[in-house]
Amino acid sequence: MMRRDEVLALLAKSRTDEVVLTTMSTAQEWPAFSQSPYDFNARGTGMGHLPDMGLGVAVACPDRKVWVFNGDGSMLMNLGVLVSIAHTAPPNLILFVFENEIYEVTGGQPIPGRGRANFAEMAKAAGFPHTFDFNDLPTLERELPRILKLDGPVFINVKATPSGKKLSTKMVPVLAEVRALREALTQARR
Amino acid sequence: MLQPKAIIEQLKKCGITHVVWLPDSESKFMYDALQAEKDLGFVPVCREGEAFAVASGLWVGGKNPVVLIQNTGLFESGDVLRGTALGLELPLLMMIGYRGYMELKSGKQPVDTAAVYTEPILKTWGIPFYHIETDEDTARIAEAYKQAQEISRPVAALICVEYNE
Repeated sequence: MMRRDEVLALLAKSRTDEVVLTTMSTAQEWPAFSQSPYDFNARGTGMGHLPDMGLGVAVACPDRKVWVFNGDGSMLMNLGVLVSIAHTAPPNLILFVFENEIYEVTGGQPIPGRGRANFAEMAKAAGFPHTFDFNDLPTLERELPRILKLDGPVFINVKATPSGKKLSTKMVPVLAEVRALREALTQARR
Repeated sequence: MLQPKAIIEQLKKCGITHVVWLPDSESKFMYDALQAEKDLGFVPVCREGEAFAVASGLWVGGKNPVVLIQNTGLFESGDVLRGTALGLELPLLMMIGYRGYMELKSGKQPVDTAAVYTEPILKTWGIPFYHIETDEDTARIAEAYKQAQEISRPVAALICVEYNE
């Protein structure tokens, strides 16, 4: 397995002007790697529903890639969205699931289906045209440039251990950040 | 009975760009008429809670969505409604199929408790609502939309009867 912060560092290096939506553990760690007006680090916006928000942004902004960083616990909360995304099929959406097999923010309890449920297979069965499953950093690093250019939607499962930093359960206000993202997208269209 | 054309006319007046929906037992004819509208985008979802998050994403991206679900789906959407449409202060028009309303209004036993809880739950969330029972009432859809823009909160147009063909 690779560490989550290693994956985030790689994604930050690969990122250009994509919208990036994060949640739970990635929402706490992504700001250390990226401070972009096209970021939205969602906290308290409804567990499990970040991919749906990403679907909406992707449909609204067809000329811009949208990356969603979901957790495995969050993904389990709303598996139907895999079908919703595959049905509308925005080609500019990439859904990453960071699979650490635990509810990290609440103390590390194992998720249901740990070691048995396969998210990439679920996405494929839901109709995603491109699905990937990575458990080592060199392979991800080698394949990522090609994958990021695919017409999606794309599903990428990343088996990543916690970064080793203690996560907070505290919710932070996100209203200003979402308004900044909306404004940035509005300005970009002008 | 409501005519789908009257409702679509109202949505066009509001400048709605996308309909985020999940079909319910009373709105088949509305969906068929909406599907025929070339200028409206459609995003179907598998469960109603997704609709609010999708609508939030559309709004962030500069679009003007309406959520079209049944009252049972409104209940299911609880936390994501709280965290997205309410928490992000979305000026969102919601069209909610009010299953059981006519039975409740006439004193008959509704098919289930959905109608019993609809208005109390909207009031608890602080979501204003308008009843749409006749074609004349459809003008309230634009009022609901206008109020949503003014208060930056979701506002519900409660569709109280079946759509007519």
